[in-house]
Amino acid sequence: MSYLEVKDLKVHFPIKGGIFGGTVDHIKAVDGVSISLEKGKTYGLVGESGSGKSTTGRAIIGLNKITSGKVIFDGVDITNIKRTKSEATKNIQMIFQDPYSSLNPKKRVVDIVSEPLRNFENLSRKEERKRVQELLELVGLSPESILKYPHEFSGGQRQRIGIARAIALKPKLIIADEPVSALDVSVQAQVLNFMKEIQKELDLTYLFISHDLGVIKHMCDDIGIMYKGRYVEEGTADDIFSNPQHIYTKRLVAAIPDIDPNKRDEKRKFREEVKTEYDQSYNDYFDAEGLAYKLQPVSDTHLVALPEKG
Amino acid sequence: MADKLLEIKDLTTSFRIKDDYHAAVDNLSLTVNKNEVLAIVGESGCGKSALAFSIMGLHTRAKIEGDILFKDKNIAKMSSSELNKVRGKDIGMIFQDPLTSLNPLMQIEEQIGETLLLHNKDMSKTARQERVLDLLKKVGIPRAEYVMNQFPHELSGGMRQRVIIAMAIANKPELLIADEPTTALDVTIQSQILDLINKLKDEMDSGIVLITHDLGVVAEMADRVAVMYAGQIVEVADVKTLFAKPLHPYTRSLLNSVPNSDKEQDKLHVIQGIVPSLQNLPREGCRFSARIPWVDESAHEKHPELREVDPGHLVRCTCYKHFSFPDETKEEQHVLS
Amino acid sequence: MWKFSVRRTLIMIPQLIVLSILIFVLAQLMPGDALSGQVGPDVDPKRLDEIREQMGWNDPWYEQYASWMGGVLQGDLGQSFRFKIPVTELIGQRIYNSFWLSVATLILTYLIAIPLGITSGRFNDTWRDQLITGYTYVGFATPLFIFALVMLWIFGFALGWFPTSGSVSPGLVPGTFEYFMSKLYHLLLPAISMALITTYSTIQYLRNEIVDTKQKDFILTARAKGASETRVYNRHILRNSLLPIAAFFGFEITGLIGGSIFIENIFGYPGMGQLLVESITLRDYTTLIATTLIFGVASILGALLSDITLSIVDPRIRIK
Repeated sequence: MSYLEVKDLKVHFPIKGGIFGGTVDHIKAVDGVSISLEKGKTYGLVGESGSGKSTTGRAIIGLNKITSGKVIFDGVDITNIKRTKSEATKNIQMIFQDPYSSLNPKKRVVDIVSEPLRNFENLSRKEERKRVQELLELVGLSPESILKYPHEFSGGQRQRIGIARAIALKPKLIIADEPVSALDVSVQAQVLNFMKEIQKELDLTYLFISHDLGVIKHMCDDIGIMYKGRYVEEGTADDIFSNPQHIYTKRLVAAIPDIDPNKRDEKRKFREEVKTEYDQSYNDYFDAEGLAYKLQPVSDTHLVALPEKG
Repeated sequence: MADKLLEIKDLTTSFRIKDDYHAAVDNLSLTVNKNEVLAIVGESGCGKSALAFSIMGLHTRAKIEGDILFKDKNIAKMSSSELNKVRGKDIGMIFQDPLTSLNPLMQIEEQIGETLLLHNKDMSKTARQERVLDLLKKVGIPRAEYVMNQFPHELSGGMRQRVIIAMAIANKPELLIADEPTTALDVTIQSQILDLINKLKDEMDSGIVLITHDLGVVAEMADRVAVMYAGQIVEVADVKTLFAKPLHPYTRSLLNSVPNSDKEQDKLHVIQGIVPSLQNLPREGCRFSARIPWVDESAHEKHPELREVDPGHLVRCTCYKHFSFPDETKEEQHVLS
Repeated sequence: MWKFSVRRTLIMIPQLIVLSILIFVLAQLMPGDALSGQVGPDVDPKRLDEIREQMGWNDPWYEQYASWMGGVLQGDLGQSFRFKIPVTELIGQRIYNSFWLSVATLILTYLIAIPLGITSGRFNDTWRDQLITGYTYVGFATPLFIFALVMLWIFGFALGWFPTSGSVSPGLVPGTFEYFMSKLYHLLLPAISMALITTYSTIQYLRNEIVDTKQKDFILTARAKGASETRVYNRHILRNSLLPIAAFFGFEITGLIGGSIFIENIFGYPGMGQLLVESITLRDYTTLIATTLIFGVASILGALLSDITLSIVDPRIRIK
């Protein structure tokens, strides 16, 4: 049994319409996603905007209502769990994309970071302060800065405050939703390095959601590629980047800009080839509604959404 | 020798904060040649967007000093009515966010048509419509006849960016300024838009100033690159040289901090400290020195200048000669500092 | 869009029912009835009870409501006790007067608000803006009834430029040009007084919309096309800022109703507002309920008008 097991997760949002404002249809934001994540590993969830990757992350932690399917964490069913004082809530934390808007600007760092502590642990003021100072030190901020406000920090520092808040309760799983997308490259490097470090130190498991394939490749052991709420391909980082099988994945990988200007023309030609292949074989990879098929194994670790044979 | 299209001389763009003016672009000189893509790279706050806005005259509350010569006319000194004859006609601009850069209440035809109307007063309405249709087809919009009568919110992000490009190239400008044209887009859309810009560049024979923070985009698009830090250019080189043999410590640090698909690395390089805010920009000495404290003070110049070290390769300050990355153990400390 | 309009109109029905019940019950809760204070102490209380019984005033409220509502639906608002004529007849001319007063006030409100709002928004934080903003603060702080009294005193009594009461000079034949001019002359001062005060919200609203729109990215796009400042303002900023104003229009109507109650009473202008106050003081329930209902319906229609206008002018809503 894996550490985090998501089984056939579906999150459908109703579309209201008609004269009486009733539900006329559903947006299938997540439509049958299964993830199994081992302890201490990093699982990357990749997709373009609207693919349902963030909704998946939010549904696991209970921020979006799950329509059907199961989420099992460390052997316990946490599907649609109430985010109150449960053990699961404590053990799963989230890091958000925007370090500018995810921290309350009117609160001091000490209040931001200690908020989860206050919800779950009864600490005295003094103990609380000490814990916050330790946490700040851990994320590489000076312990004296606990009385400052978020605007007094740079973007990278703010994201570290967000991380400090997320790890305050010593969680076991962190869902990171585009944690570095709003940051400059040099700051991004800082945050990514740091996330790797604390992963080792605190034995953390990550579900890393991102649209940036470079970052995903750098961080993740296993990767799932989402398109329109469904998986198109899943495998190890090597499977996905060296041996992509689904035409959508191929196109995604081909679109990553190469940092070597010498390969420019080669790359452009390759992209055109993939584009042609994409257009020609579209019907082989997507069903009549333009959605991906069910995943079929092509090796022990590698799954690709292909029509069933025969 | 390449033909100069745009020549920026000693440009200083300052913003007023409280009672003082602070230069976001500080005494900057740069040339853009015909039919070349000049990329301006840097992180947020380095002044690259302020530079683009200065060229277009889009700052409303900034003090602009120095000269911006476009085909021997000084657009920095133009009155607004003179400037309005240049922008949209000889210089087009592509903006970052395709959602907010289009007027939500105007149909696509009217928005593109406006650019035509403003610079071709005697163009008939039908001719204008035809031209809009042509442009939409040119930027690869399917069902152009239908899209013409749509509103921006009915289009996807990639389509909207194509509309913005159509608007920018409507009058076949000689210079295009693209301010982070793909930052708001998904990666597959990004590559399509970049390919489109490339194709158009070849067709129109125009120069492009590409403002970006994304080194991947630079490697894909640029002929020449200028790296900006703290309002100044710290290095200029042709793109191959810049990636193969970067000199300035900032350029090298930046390149090392990107997760690189070819290199297996566990740790990315981190630049120490933070990008200084506009009020706190160091105005004296080497502006990058605070972020490489292990490099000895004497390695920096007192008044660092941009010097040509190889033909076409310019670097600011002498510190690059003495710069090397700190070894692994040292870096360990920097991560947590 | 028609779907939206139909749905929006359907939502109105429960609103109207709740409104009518509320008005009816509240009127019932008021102490006393049409007989109190009207009959001498020597009248036999038994006789009064008989009258009450006859009129159905002792029935449970929902029965009274049902019979009243039945009448309303057939266009019968009941009989006025005090004026001894059907309420519909009583309201007839007044609703007409109030309508024209509102139209005149609205026109004046926009005539003042649009140029001032535009100037204030375009040149924000200059002396012009500060002057106009200053005016809106005064408008916000000044009670309408005091301002109206001052206006009446200065222009009606002291200078004698305007009539001080009524809606038309006596003796004129309806339909003639003189009659029309006299009507206009009578409603001018009340309309100006009201417009000068109530326009502040529209000015501020328009100013803020313009200041907001000015900072939008698509304004940069327009400038980058080479559009002149005038064009940027007329084509892009104004068009986008006036849109919420158009939607605001329906809510102005609601505001007008409140204002007209003061204004009509102060200027002795025979309209619905004046009738409302009279019917309260005279405890003329049928009239009171009828006028309140009409005001309520006007407010709800105003909101409806706002929503539908917005859905027509804003393509982002139109599509749905």
